[in-house]
Amino acid sequence: MAEYLLILVSTILVNNFVLVQFLGLCPFMGVSNKLETAIGMGAATTFVLTLASVCSYLMYNYLLVPLELTYLKTIGFIMVIAVVVGFTELAIRKTSPLLYRVLGIFLPLITTNCAVLGVALLNIKRENTFVESILYGFGAAVGFTLVMVLFAAMRERIAVADVPAPFQGSAIAMVTAGLMALAFLGFTGLVSI
Amino acid sequence: MTNLIQLHEFDGGIHPPENKHQSTQRPVKVAPLPKELILPLHQHIGAPADPVVAVGDQVLKGQVIAEPHGFVSAPLHAPTSGVVTAIEARQAPHSSGLSELCIVIECDGKETWAPHQSLYAELNIDDGDELPREAIVERIRQSGITGLGGAGFPTAVKLATGERTIKTLILNGAECEPYITADDMVMRERADEIVRGAQILLQALGAERCLIGVEDNKPEAIAALKTAVQSRKQEHHIDVVTIPTKYPSGGEKQLIQILTGLEVPSGGIPADIGIVCQNVGTAAAIADAIDTGRPLISRFTTVTGDAISDKGNWDVLFGTPVSHLLDISGYRPQKRERVIMGGPMMGFTLPALSLPVVKTTNCLLAPTEKELPANNPSMACIRCGMCADACPADLLPQQLYWFAKGEELDKAEQHNLFDCIECGACSYVCPSEIPLVQYYRFAKGAIREERAAHEKAEQARERFEARIARQEREKAEKEAKRKARAEAAAKSQSAKKAVPATKAAPTAAPAGSSDEPSPELAKLQKQLDGAQTALKKTKEKLEAAQSDEALAAKVPAFEAALTKTQDKIKTLAKEIAALKKAEKAQASAAPASDKGDPNTPERLKKKWEMAQGRLETAEKRLAQAEADGLDTVDALKTGLEKQRARVADAKAAYDAAVKADSGDASPEAKQETKAKPDSQAEQATATPAASSTQANAVDLAPKIRAQQDRIEKATERLNMAKADGLETVPALEKALEKQQDKLAQLEAQAASSSSPATSPGDA
Amino acid sequence: MTTILIAVLVLTALAIAFGALLGFASVRFKVEGNPVVDQINDLLPQTQCGQCGYPGCKPYAEAIADGDKINKCPPGGESTIDALADLLGVEPEPLDAEHGAEKAVPTVAYIREDECIGCTKCIQACPVDAILGAAKQMHTVIVDECTGCDLCVEPCPVDCIDMIPVQTDRTSWYWEAPTQGVELIVTDRRARRIAKRQA
Repeated sequence: MAEYLLILVSTILVNNFVLVQFLGLCPFMGVSNKLETAIGMGAATTFVLTLASVCSYLMYNYLLVPLELTYLKTIGFIMVIAVVVGFTELAIRKTSPLLYRVLGIFLPLITTNCAVLGVALLNIKRENTFVESILYGFGAAVGFTLVMVLFAAMRERIAVADVPAPFQGSAIAMVTAGLMALAFLGFTGLVSI
Repeated sequence: MTNLIQLHEFDGGIHPPENKHQSTQRPVKVAPLPKELILPLHQHIGAPADPVVAVGDQVLKGQVIAEPHGFVSAPLHAPTSGVVTAIEARQAPHSSGLSELCIVIECDGKETWAPHQSLYAELNIDDGDELPREAIVERIRQSGITGLGGAGFPTAVKLATGERTIKTLILNGAECEPYITADDMVMRERADEIVRGAQILLQALGAERCLIGVEDNKPEAIAALKTAVQSRKQEHHIDVVTIPTKYPSGGEKQLIQILTGLEVPSGGIPADIGIVCQNVGTAAAIADAIDTGRPLISRFTTVTGDAISDKGNWDVLFGTPVSHLLDISGYRPQKRERVIMGGPMMGFTLPALSLPVVKTTNCLLAPTEKELPANNPSMACIRCGMCADACPADLLPQQLYWFAKGEELDKAEQHNLFDCIECGACSYVCPSEIPLVQYYRFAKGAIREERAAHEKAEQARERFEARIARQEREKAEKEAKRKARAEAAAKSQSAKKAVPATKAAPTAAPAGSSDEPSPELAKLQKQLDGAQTALKKTKEKLEAAQSDEALAAKVPAFEAALTKTQDKIKTLAKEIAALKKAEKAQASAAPASDKGDPNTPERLKKKWEMAQGRLETAEKRLAQAEADGLDTVDALKTGLEKQRARVADAKAAYDAAVKADSGDASPEAKQETKAKPDSQAEQATATPAASSTQANAVDLAPKIRAQQDRIEKATERLNMAKADGLETVPALEKALEKQQDKLAQLEAQAASSSSPATSPGDA
Repeated sequence: MTTILIAVLVLTALAIAFGALLGFASVRFKVEGNPVVDQINDLLPQTQCGQCGYPGCKPYAEAIADGDKINKCPPGGESTIDALADLLGVEPEPLDAEHGAEKAVPTVAYIREDECIGCTKCIQACPVDAILGAAKQMHTVIVDECTGCDLCVEPCPVDCIDMIPVQTDRTSWYWEAPTQGVELIVTDRRARRIAKRQA
């Protein structure tokens, strides 16, 4: 039980996928202009990550390993992720056309989000059990969402603040992201996992 | 009872220097009459009143000069007797500086009162009896009483609480704003009327308890009120409560919170929690209105500031120009003239000193530069949060500032922007001297503007959709009718085989008939009109761009747009021409026009008879005009001639038709339709002119005359168009040419037919 | 050899399975119509003037939903373009000059009644039925309903319609945005003195 909690703390805070391991930076910078879109993106990524984590685990352990085709894991995982993202896209289009339109190109780009593939591959490397895989994927997504929401909130305030001209736009966003990464470094050593 | 009332507090608030002692050193003086009074019709919240007097009318003091417009409105009364010299737009004392309709009265100095009586006398009841609630509210409404605290909400509307039960009446004697002492003096000098007013209001609201809240910097006022309450034996109903001095405890919501601990819900009114709040001045005015029948025509106004030598309060009639008041107070104009109507926190600078005092003018502040120095330019926000500490409405002024600055208006609204009472406490404490209230006013205005635009757009959309629906319905009905008529016509056609069926319906009929052009044609016509407007606009823009250096970049774009539009026009014109031709072909192919064959003898006979009737009326009119010696005699004579000609033609046509009927099928008799010049031209070319010879000679003469008239008219129109430089000139010239050709044809025909040899037909 | 074959077969099988899953999902989650059209239409000013090139605001909304540019509406102006950009998550662009320029002040139509000949052409042209009148009777514009689209000016044969600016009165007057305070370095005394003199 403690193990599972440690996994969650580790993936959400200590080894945050965005600010510490620097994976999934594309949607992080691209969708965090407004708080609503950031929350929407976070939710979509959570769904995709958890599901992809589960499916990849199953596919690896019950298809690729018995058939000794472990070298196909990268392609296989990509296929799984692509299908899950496709499925998510259709579901979002049906339930919230506005969110669908607002996320725009970033929704199918979850497929190429290195954090998703990273989670799948890391699960293999760390030889996680089934439950651990689920938690690992879920924790990664929660950490991703947390950081996106924080960043979006800050960016909204920065948008109306008196930013000096050379820093306006992406520059101040990068600086802020860097400062956030520094802040998250403070969690190092909290949990060794 | 006062010691039993527990006082509460509201968060925030500030303690600016009071500066009230300067204007309370002497009793209130009655301001002398000015030469004229300027009375804006919109001195209250709600719809402006409608004037019921005219220029030149004599009015008495207290006479109604404007009636309320709708429910949320108030009437206006003449503050003194005199003559109405103007009802015109004048600059109004409003922060916008815009003009509005004002009634201007020249005072005659006599101050003759209009007849007035107490409400008891009007209702014929004794003085001690209870008054019916509706009567009280109606009398308050008719007396034009609005809130004298500064906002000017019509009191009668405030008292119309509907279903809500009111438990507490609060009279606002707080007067928290620095410099203003008008309410202080009302409480000192008219305490008895205030208590009387409270009694009346308690009756009108059906409430049991009244609290008069007064700040502790007004000890004389508190004493006066307490004495009045005792003398009227109202201790069980009315309490005079002393509250600590803090700005803005005079705000309605803040005072309610202090006296009762209750908060007015966001977006709601105090009546929602069973409380009604009135200013002490309003209460005194109510007492006057009920007990003596005097309407609201004056108020106490403080004139203060270091630029004034005689600082104090005046009992001033509405409409008195501010300059008059300043003169009698010894105003010393400053280098940078700044007279503020209202107080230093919530007042506005007057754009001119000729503006009048209105129902909401509680103070005129004329400061010197040293007293109220000009604002320093504002600096950047340092996010200190002092504004949030000072806000009496528990808002987040800093956030509202960021949102207003970044124009994120929906976020501002979510942060309860509309609960801001614009008291100015946040701007007062801001270390960067940012004019926060201006930002909030701008944001509120922008949101209201957006809402108004959205509503208008909704309305336009509904009207558009209704119009589309109507057009569809009309089309469907027309289709049904046309079908029915076509069937009927087909039936009658088969019955009337004798009538020459080869007569082509006059091609002039479709063009000149009252039937609408076919829908496709109409659509194309519309598109053509639109394209022509666009062409004109683009041409203008192109010229402007070519002349202006700055717009040089846009020239190629405009030229491209120009060529595009011109091409569009060409294609559309071609389509329209083609469609018209096709329709004409259809019309001529049709066996008969919808109205049935107009060439039947019966129809022609009727025509002749009608023409004769018209001739008789024209003769009568001419006789009348000659008897009266009018200028129109000549015009009537020409008209008469024409009518005679028409009668002759009609008779001739009828005779011809009868002959043709009895004889063999022959081509149509000539028609005298009044079509436009272009269609006339078409008629000239399309209509075969043949008919029996005798009819020919008789017909031609009037026709020639008619044609000459038409040419005259066309020439006139052409000259007018040339003079105005209209674009229709070439078209008109062409039409004139065609007319002249036709005249030549007719004359040739007449010449040839006058010879005994019969011409076979075509001219 | 067989390993490669197995690998290929496995991948193919996976691909077919996933494809079938997606196909099923796309049918199950089919979306009819485009509800965004209504949201776009709500942002347009509903003048039905046709300056965007479409016969009304709803057709333009549908075109935008299909991918047309958002900068074609002059009566909507900058604020509408910004709102549309916000809704759709695209970059706001300046108004396309080809379709007309944003009017500096809103205008309404006014018929000079002395010259009106009662031909009803303007009544037929008005998309919101804001002109009152009948054949051979006086025509007049109902100011409250007029959206200022200028479609009535062209059809008038006697050119008696003017577009006049709407009068601002107290009810339609709004505060302007406060101008930025001077961006000073506080110790810049000379600039402060100048600013004070100008204030």
